[in-house]
Amino acid sequence: MSDASYLSLEKLTLAYGDSVAVANLDLNIRKGELIALLGPSGCGKTTTMRAIAGLLAVKSGHVRLDGADITRVPANKRAVGLMFQSYALFPHLSVYENVAFGLKLKGMRGPELETKVQSGLKSVGLSTFANRKPAELSGGQQQRVALARSMVMEPKVLLLDEPLSNLDARLRLEMRTELQRVQKETGVTMIFVTHDQAEALALADRIVVMKSGKIEQIGSPEDIYNRPTSSFVADFVGFENIFPLENGKMKTSAGLIDLSGKPPSAAGLAWRPRMVSLGTGPFQGTVRGTSFAGDSREYLLDTSLGPIKAEVEASQPAHALGADLFFDLPPEKAAPLLRFV
Amino acid sequence: MTLRSLFIPITLLLVIAFLIGPFLIIVAASFSAGETLAFPPQGFSLRWIAKVFTVESFRASFGMSLFLAIGGTAAALILGIPASYALSRYKLPGAEIVRTVVSAPIIVPGIIVGLALLRYIVVPFQVGITLALFLAHTALVLPYAVRVVSASLDNLRSDIEEAAVLLGSSRLGAFFRVVMPNIRGGIMSAFILGFVTSFNQVPVSLFLSGPGVRTLPVDMIAYMEIVFDPSVAALSSLLAFLSIGIVFVAERFLGFSRYV
Repeated sequence: MSDASYLSLEKLTLAYGDSVAVANLDLNIRKGELIALLGPSGCGKTTTMRAIAGLLAVKSGHVRLDGADITRVPANKRAVGLMFQSYALFPHLSVYENVAFGLKLKGMRGPELETKVQSGLKSVGLSTFANRKPAELSGGQQQRVALARSMVMEPKVLLLDEPLSNLDARLRLEMRTELQRVQKETGVTMIFVTHDQAEALALADRIVVMKSGKIEQIGSPEDIYNRPTSSFVADFVGFENIFPLENGKMKTSAGLIDLSGKPPSAAGLAWRPRMVSLGTGPFQGTVRGTSFAGDSREYLLDTSLGPIKAEVEASQPAHALGADLFFDLPPEKAAPLLRFV
Repeated sequence: MTLRSLFIPITLLLVIAFLIGPFLIIVAASFSAGETLAFPPQGFSLRWIAKVFTVESFRASFGMSLFLAIGGTAAALILGIPASYALSRYKLPGAEIVRTVVSAPIIVPGIIVGLALLRYIVVPFQVGITLALFLAHTALVLPYAVRVVSASLDNLRSDIEEAAVLLGSSRLGAFFRVVMPNIRGGIMSAFILGFVTSFNQVPVSLFLSGPGVRTLPVDMIAYMEIVFDPSVAALSSLLAFLSIGIVFVAERFLGFSRYV
């Protein structure tokens, strides 16, 4: 085992009956890394997570963890923790008993158990809630119980299913900080599944973007955000103006257009709405829609290239619906796409 | 007040009278001082209630009914809990067929169930009367057990079992550690419903009862054919209050009506 492959998935194929959900997936994860599996629903991210946990049988391929092949190791012997999206707390047990559940199964008793559970509860700030039932806690508190319950088991890998999706904006930030702190303090390898790019960008060391059971791109949050390699990833992270390149020319509804200064080998070009410059340029469009977003204003333009989305500082003078505007798609700002799907 | 505005209250009163009236008549008759079952009761006495406890055959058949209600319901739960679990947690081929077959004894009239059991099980296989009654009561209670236990399983998220497994429990262990404690209310409710159903069951028991082995309701019918005194009314009242008491306690402590 090298350091770069503490957890590795090798040619992993997963299926529900005859329908293949994940095909030939290869992924290496370093020890202590915080990985996000990002993608729309049905992309196979949750399926992959369940296979790592051992809740789903592997059709072919291998899962290796810490040097051992765990492909056929049952879920209860894997030392893999999972924080469920619904938290899955045991409703009949107190917060204390929930956290103690796994430790008791390990045979831990008496003062050792007591100390361990208390320190687990303390680390998520819930010491005073030990005797409450899950139903008496808020969603955010329930989630922290679930986190403590997994973490006291000292898992080699902690999986998190949509960890922030059930929380409101304020709690989201709190939980995000909490997860990062836990990760830093314990050094546990974390993999979380999300469909929310903002969540993945904010939390992960490395993002794995998935689509239709395959990995679309792996990279740092900066890579994914600034340098998407495919039209799918570009679209997913907010590049809303995407055009394929054909023989070095941009293919639009107005035909092939020559842009100077584009990267030679790209299969497509993508611009965020903010990268479109409004006011001057070789193209012309009509304002079809406009929306004010506080700091900025967004315009939807009808153009001969197709619909274009542009975003400008709110301090700029506003354009009315129906106004004709010049605009430019600066090639030097565009993200070059290697694959167009 | 117009006739129209009186229509609903009057209908309501008639319905209540129709449902509760016979019960009140029986209760009144059990306190009669007269020699025959009659309404209105003649005088007031507790002698018939006292007599119930002295009739030898009532004691024996009460014991049989109690055994069938407790044993049959317990057996139905032992079969019904795993069946409900399988029906609620796994997508099994033919699950709907199983569900329908399991509910059949509710839909099919008791007379037919009794006759079928007698004709095709008891007679060809020479099954003893007690065993035949036990099997019949188990089958009759099974639909209630499956229905009530399924309802509480459907309300329980299945991911807590996966959570238990990931914390080191086996699948079977997870069932006993996190599923059973959370469906306890449903199981208790199923037990009470099954007990009352079995205890009050007449048609099937009528077919399967034999010399010396009878359930209490069947014994009461037999008794009435010979002796027409108010002790049967007294016994009916006692049983009715017992049922009401059980259901009341169950509702109070379990929220019985949630499951049924």
